[in-house]
Parts: sequence; C-alpha cells; structure tokens
Amino acid sequence: MSRSRALPLAVFTALIVLVQLATGLADKGQYLTQLTMAAYYALPILGLTLLMGYAGQISIGHAGFFAIGGYVSGFLTTFNLTELSSRWWVRAAARLHLLAAGQDAFASQTLVVRAWPACIAALLITIVVAYLIGKPVLRLKGHFLAMATLGFGTIVYRLVLGTSALGAADGISDVPAFHLLPGLDVSGKSALRISNYYVAWGLVLVTVILLGNLIHSRIGRAMRAIHGAEEAATASGIDTQDTKLKMFVLSAVLAALGGVFLTHYNGGIGPSEASIMKSVRMVAIVAIGGMANLWGALIMGVALNFLSMRGSFGSYDDAVFGVILLLIMLLSPQGLLRADLARRLVRMVSRRPKEPVT
Amino acid sequence: MNRLPKWIVLLGALGLAGPAAAKETIKVGAILSVTGPAANLGGPEARTLQMLVDEANKKGGIAGYPIELLLKDSGGSPEKAISFAKKLIEEDKVFAILGPSTSGETLKIKGIAEEGKTLLISCAAAEAIVKPVGKYVFKTPQNDSHAARKILEHIKKAGATKIGLVSSNTGFGKAGKEQVEKVAKELGIEIVANEVYEKEATDLTAVATKLKAAGVQAFINWSIEPAQAIVLKNARQIGLDVPIYQSHGFGNIQYVKAAGPAAEGVIFPAGRLLVAESLPASHPQKAVLMKYKKDYEAKFKEDVSTFGGHVFDAYLMLAKAIEKGGADREKAREALEGVQGLVGTAGVFNFSAQDHNGLQMDAFEMLTVKQGQFVVLQEGAAKKDAPAKKK
Amino acid sequence: MTFALLLQYLVAGVTYGAIYAIVAIGFGIVYNATGIINFAQGEFVMLGGMLAVSLQAFLPLPVAVLFAVLITMGVGALVEILFIRWLDRPTVLRMIVITIGLSIGMRELALLVWGEGVRSLPYFTGDAVSALSVGDVHVSPQVLWVLGTVGVIVAFLVLFFGKTRLGRQMRACAANRDAARLCGIDAKGMVTLSFVLAAGIGALAGCVVSPITYVQYDSGTNLAIKGFTVAVLGGLGNSAAALGGGIILGVIESLSIIVLPAAYKDVVAIALLLAILVFRPAGVFGNAATARLKEHA
Repeated sequence: MSRSRALPLAVFTALIVLVQLATGLADKGQYLTQLTMAAYYALPILGLTLLMGYAGQISIGHAGFFAIGGYVSGFLTTFNLTELSSRWWVRAAARLHLLAAGQDAFASQTLVVRAWPACIAALLITIVVAYLIGKPVLRLKGHFLAMATLGFGTIVYRLVLGTSALGAADGISDVPAFHLLPGLDVSGKSALRISNYYVAWGLVLVTVILLGNLIHSRIGRAMRAIHGAEEAATASGIDTQDTKLKMFVLSAVLAALGGVFLTHYNGGIGPSEASIMKSVRMVAIVAIGGMANLWGALIMGVALNFLSMRGSFGSYDDAVFGVILLLIMLLSPQGLLRADLARRLVRMVSRRPKEPVT
Repeated sequence: MNRLPKWIVLLGALGLAGPAAAKETIKVGAILSVTGPAANLGGPEARTLQMLVDEANKKGGIAGYPIELLLKDSGGSPEKAISFAKKLIEEDKVFAILGPSTSGETLKIKGIAEEGKTLLISCAAAEAIVKPVGKYVFKTPQNDSHAARKILEHIKKAGATKIGLVSSNTGFGKAGKEQVEKVAKELGIEIVANEVYEKEATDLTAVATKLKAAGVQAFINWSIEPAQAIVLKNARQIGLDVPIYQSHGFGNIQYVKAAGPAAEGVIFPAGRLLVAESLPASHPQKAVLMKYKKDYEAKFKEDVSTFGGHVFDAYLMLAKAIEKGGADREKAREALEGVQGLVGTAGVFNFSAQDHNGLQMDAFEMLTVKQGQFVVLQEGAAKKDAPAKKK
Repeated sequence: MTFALLLQYLVAGVTYGAIYAIVAIGFGIVYNATGIINFAQGEFVMLGGMLAVSLQAFLPLPVAVLFAVLITMGVGALVEILFIRWLDRPTVLRMIVITIGLSIGMRELALLVWGEGVRSLPYFTGDAVSALSVGDVHVSPQVLWVLGTVGVIVAFLVLFFGKTRLGRQMRACAANRDAARLCGIDAKGMVTLSFVLAAGIGALAGCVVSPITYVQYDSGTNLAIKGFTVAVLGGLGNSAAALGGGIILGVIESLSIIVLPAAYKDVVAIALLLAILVFRPAGVFGNAATARLKEHA
C-alpha cells in the first residue's frame, strides 16, 4: 500500500480511538450510540460510492438491500421454530449447531436460528437478489436505470410493509444480540457501548481498506474506465456488464451487512429502513461527499447521520437532506469534498514527482 | 486553622437554604411522530402536549416542579425512536418519556426504558406494550381487544353472521385485524372477506367490490388513516348498503367531513371525548373532556381527536405520579401503580402492579354519525344504518 | 364473478388509471422538450389540489380551481428558471438528483404551509354518495369529471402540438435543439413553456381528483412512481399512448386485487415497470428508436 493511502488510514484509526477516549473523558459516552449507528449507516454509503462514484451506476433503491440484510437476520433470529421442531430440516439445522434454544418474555420455549448463520444467510440472499435484479437492470441507462432501482427499493418497502410474518408496519422487535466472538456481542446494552463502537468502526475501517484496494486494482481500473466511456471500455476488451454486475452485488452486500449489524445493535428493524427517503439520503451523501470520494462520503455520511439520529434537524430531517442535495447538485456537482481538490493540495506539499491525474 | 468570621458562615448557610426552597426542574422527554406516516397521530399529540406543559409552567409547574419538555419528532421510524430514547435516558437523564405514538416504535424502546429505569408512558395501543408488564412501561389508549369485542358483540346482537373485514397495513390496522379475527371466531361470526390495503390508498372501490361480491351482511374497517373515509365513500357508491363499523381510529371529525353523507350511520367505539357536549353534567369525565376540547379547539383552530387525547392522558398520569411521588423516579413509579379513579379522555383509569393500562371495556362508548356529527348510539333506535340511495 | 362485478373492477381501474395518465403526460411534455424526467411532477398535482382547497374557502369552486392551476403553472415556470435554465449541459445523473431534490423540497414546503392533515375539495357535482347506476354498476359523477377532464387535456395537447405554431416549435426543439435555434425558435422559452404546461395539467388533475381521494403534503411521491410506470408503458412522450398505458396499469392493478392481497397492489405496478424496462423500454406503444436515451439534456 502506498504511503499516500496508508496515511489517511492511520489518521482515521487514530481519530476513531481519540473520539472514544474524548467522549469517555468528557462524560459524553452516550454520543457513542449515535456514532455507532452512523458507522453502520456508513457501510451502504461506502458501497454506493463505489457503485455511483466509481462505476457510474446510479441506484436510488439501495436502502432495499440494507433492509433485506436487516430483515432476514432479524426474522431468522426471532422466528420461533419450536412448533416445527419435528421437521427434518429443523433437526438437521439443530445438529449443525445453527439453532439456539431459549425462552421468551412469556417463559415459553423458543427455538431460533443463531446470529452467525442468520447473518450469512442474509448476505447470501442479498447476493442472489442483487444478481437477479442487477443482471437485467444494469443494461439500462440514465433515467431508466434510476427508475428501475427506485422501483426495486419500493418493492422491498411494500413487501416488508405488507407481510405480517415480517411484522408489517411494526417491524421486527426483540432481536437478540449477535455473539460475534466469545465475549464480543453486538447489542444495544449501554454497558457494551464502547466495545460496540469499536466493532462498528472496525467494520468501517476494514471496508475502507478493502474498497481502496479494489479501486486501485485491475478491476477497479476497469470500473473507472466504464464510468468514463463505456463504449471505449468495451472496445478495449473489458467485460462491462460483468464488471458492473460485480460492483452492484458488492455494494449490495455492504448495504446488507450494515443492515444486519444495525438490526442486532438496535434490537429490531422497521419498514422505515427500506423507505425511498433512506435511499435518497444515501445518494445525497454520496453526492455531497464528491461522488468518487470514499473519505468524503464517509465524513459527510457520519456527520449528517449523527446529527439526524440526535434529532438536530427536528421535523425537517428530510428537508435538510433534500435541500443539501439540491444545492450541491446545482452549484457543485463534483461535491463539496472534491477528490481532486484534496489531491491537488497534497501534490502541492509533497516532494514526490508529479503524477498524472487519474 | 482559619476561622471564618461568623457572618460569612451565616451568609453561606442562607445562600444554601435559598435555592432549596424552589423545586428543581423536571425534564420530561417526548417521542412523537409529528411527521411521516403516523403524522395524524403525532401531530395532535405534540400540539396537545405543548399546550399542557405551557399551561402548567405558567402556574409554576406540576406540584411546584417546573417542567422542561424535550420533544423529539421520530417521523414514525423505530430506529429514530431508539436513538432518541437512548439519548433522552442516558444523556438528558429525563424523568419520564411520553409516547411514542405508534406500537412499532414503543415495542422497540420498551427494553431501553426498562434498562434505563425510566418511566415510559406510551400513546400506542398494542397490548404487547403492557403484556408482559414492564415495571416502568405504561400505556394510555384503550385495548384493541376491547374495541373489537364491543363491535362484534353489537354485530352479533344485530344478527349478522357473515361479515367483511378490511384493514390498513399499519401497526394499528394489523393489531385490530388480529383482535377481530380472534373475537369473531369466539362469537361464531364468519369473516367471509378479509382484505388489507395500503395506508396511502386513494381509491378502494376494488376492495369494496370484493366485499360486495362476497355477500357480507356488515363490514368492519380498521385503520386510522384518511383511507377510512374513502372506504366509506366507495362502499356506498357501489351500492354496498350494509351496516359499516369503524374502529376507534375513526375518532376525528375530519374523517366524517371527508366522507360526507357516506359517514351517516357508521357505528364505532370511542372514548367519550367526541361526544363531550352530550354527556350529562354528572358524568365523571365531563369536566375534563370539555376543558380539553375547549382549550385545544381555541388554541389550534381544529377539532379535537381521540389521538391527542392519548397524550393528554399520559400527561395526567405523569402529573399524578409527580404529585404523589415527587421527583424521585422509583417513588413516582410506585405511586402511579397505586392510582385509582384517574379521569382521563379515554376513560377512568385504575392502575395496579399488573395492569399498566388501567382501562376496561366500559371506557368505550358506542358512537354513530348523525347529520355529520358524532352522537352516542341509542340502542333500539331504528335499524336504518344506510343512507337513502340517491338516484 | 358476475359481469357487473367485473365491470365494477374495470371502472375502479380506469379511475386509478386516468389519475396516473395525467402524471405520465406531464412527464412526457417536459421530457420531450428537455430530455429530463422531472421527478417533481407528482408535487405539481399535489400543489394544485392543496391550493384549490385553500382558495375555495373564499372563492367559488371553479374560480378556485382556475387560480390553483394558474398559480401552479407559475410555480412550474419558477422551478425551471431558478433550477434548470442555467445548467450547462448537465448529465442525466445530475438532473435526476436535482429533480429529486426539488420534489423533496416542494413536499417539505407543503408540510410547512399546510401541515400534515388531509384535504379534499367538495365534489364538483353531487356528493360523496351520489352514484350513476347502470344496472348493478355504480359510478361516482366525479369519475366522469376525471375522465372528461383527462380527455379534454389529451385532445388539447394533440391539437396544440399538432396544429398550433407554438406546439410545432416545441416539437422542433425536442427533435433538435440547435437546429431549432438556428430557425429562430426561442429554445429557452420552449423549455419554460414545457414546465408551465406540465405543471398546469398536473394541477388540474389534482383538483379534479381530490374530491374522490384526498391530498396530503406527501401525495406526490406515489403518483410520480405510478406516473412513470405509465409513461414507460405508453412510450415516453406520447400523450395518447400514455392514456392507453394509464388505463392498462389501472385495470391490471384493480384486477390484481381479485387474486392478491390489496396490500401488494403497488408491488404489481412496480413489477410491471421493471418487466417493461427490462424487456421493452420503449413501452408498449413506442418504438425502439425513441428508447435510446440521451446522455446529456
């Protein structure tokens, strides 16, 4: 990894730790709650930055994947299989250590899927759905692609809202903690606030590293070539459809991952996580951050989601995102934190030989 | 050792004694869905609560404690409710939280309130909120099961055996649907058409047609959205002239206005707030209801609804708890459990350690619509439930 | 399933469908002139309804409707001048995001002005229970108003674009902006006009439909999605085809209730949209050439 990439990562890691220590010292440890939530929301945003900014494919339905992740894992970890315990597949699952027994609030027997298999199931289902949706839809362009993704997001919303097994309008509650590793739980308990904070931000850090590697790899260059000029990319032998599809699926999986973890952290999920406004907010944040700018999207995403989750925007939460989106798109479509702006500044102060702008 | 002059010591003592005479401010949090899909609940609730707190503070607060209201708009999103609940409890260290407006949100923060040992007085109706009972969790709306039972007993008395049920895909609609299905089975009434529609539905003619096709002798609509006015219009328009029952979500005159003549004869259970004027002066609820109605309508220039009433009751409970238990949370909580005969908009509340809702079936009155107004349903009145068909 | 009941479902379907068709036509007008899909089209419908309700408190109903339409047309012009006009060859992505932002902005503004409550206009003729009956099939008179208004709008647009000078100028601009300018056509003015027209017909639809349903600050979003489905179904930019598409979508939605729970009605509409986008983006009535989308407006 080049020095220019390692440095921001080191700074980022240091910042994560510093913020936690600072909040602890200032007795503002409760801020960690919203910071953790913001971190989980950052995962779909990073994925979307990859898709929209680097691969140039718009998606106004990504909250749908977030919801799929959250709902599948939420459902599996709360659906009581006790009635079905004689079925062969339930017994097989039990033998494979996929299930956990327990008691619910009424002291009756419960048998649910454990969090790890549920998480994996959620991600697998997301991959399948993203592949099935992406394959036909990514052949579209411009408005049609936008509308198709909007339609996908709306379908997910309507399905979770209209299905009683998924809690309909109430959503799923009492989702148990996610036992990541012995002694490390993802849950909302205030005693576990600090460890949960590090889990969330650790996940974000890993994602940033992986995406960074991807962008600078061969596939990443292929993706950026497609964004620049698709016909030229095809002419140089890049399988554009395949690359686009891979990026779509990857960004979907990231969104679903965020959904899974947040659902366990919150102890539940509701249809509002699949709403179109959520998808639009993600698009807004990617746009503000600078479209093809992982750090920009991350910073703006955390800042805006943190404030939103604390209620700083009051009843005009949606309005804030809408107005920001509008202003940025009108005045500075390259975003506030332009990638090349930062690079230009860095080049001005660095002593390395000038590199051509990518 | 330094010896402070006597007069400084005296001054210091007086200084300490001074502020102790005034009571500390009690912070009260509220999580309501002022905007978003449940805005018709949270909007009136937020306005009511603001009005009540302002009024109390003008008189020095509740039992002498000034009240600081921290109102948060959750937009009906559970994740916001969770985040706000944690913030209010852990950061702002509120004495109690009033709301949320919807069952979905309440169920998600029930555990947080219990863990944070903070009173949660919810304005949402789901029975799961108080069953199993959480030490700190209370709710003010009447139980859906009571409403469903009241409706179905009336249907049974009227002699109908095959009915239709339509409900919206919201928490309220879903809860009602389950209750109606359960009680109907118990009473031997068959639901021959059972449809769920989207809450934003703007035309329900197709659903009404389906009901007609199934040959229902009466039907129940369970929703709290404007759709409940639309289903009335559509049903009457296609000539479905059977008795129509609504849930207690019909408790806002704007739905009657929206449905026009289609609302005539609709029967539904509700708190007595809507017919406050026609109550006899001796009725225990009359004074409270009339005052709320007058104040709200004067201040906000819109009609009262039973939804705003839910937070009114929550506030009454909070006030009672503080009056009896002071600013100590544990004492206040215990005191609340012992409250009997608290007159609210939804009915007269009697709490206990096992009953954190405090209302029974008699909290409901069966109302109907006559000439565009809510009136108490007179039993034995003419069975003309459908308006005359206009040719 | 008797024939009368089937007809009743069809009537419901056509009623829904006419409502969506107008939104689609509005999309089409702006798209033809600018290559932009204006996501805020649904909000024009909402504005028309809301304004009319506020105005009819102190104006007679027809005058209130007229003024509501005129004011919304003004808003349409304002939107174009303030947000669209001065953009220099924006990418499609940018335009999509801008109009989404506009849609949200208008919605929140409506929330600020009118609150979260629902409003309805009084019925133009008759009231909530009056119905014209043919045998066992009942139709509210307002439905006839809706269909009549939509019919008049379509006829007007066909005449306008086909026969009037202004209409032909707009079509010229849509076909080739630069060539049109060379012929002396005020291209910028045509764009503004397209927004004004789209806003006007949207507002009129909002007025004529609000007695049957209701308007609320967020009524616009759902309409936009359904309207787009119809636009794509009917071949984007073709008014008469959009009407056909609207009826098809409305009827399919309505009949779907027979087999599926009503809560999934929207899913049917969107699944249809996705199917069309994937298999025949030019729509049922359009042709493949028009499906090739412009990269820049």
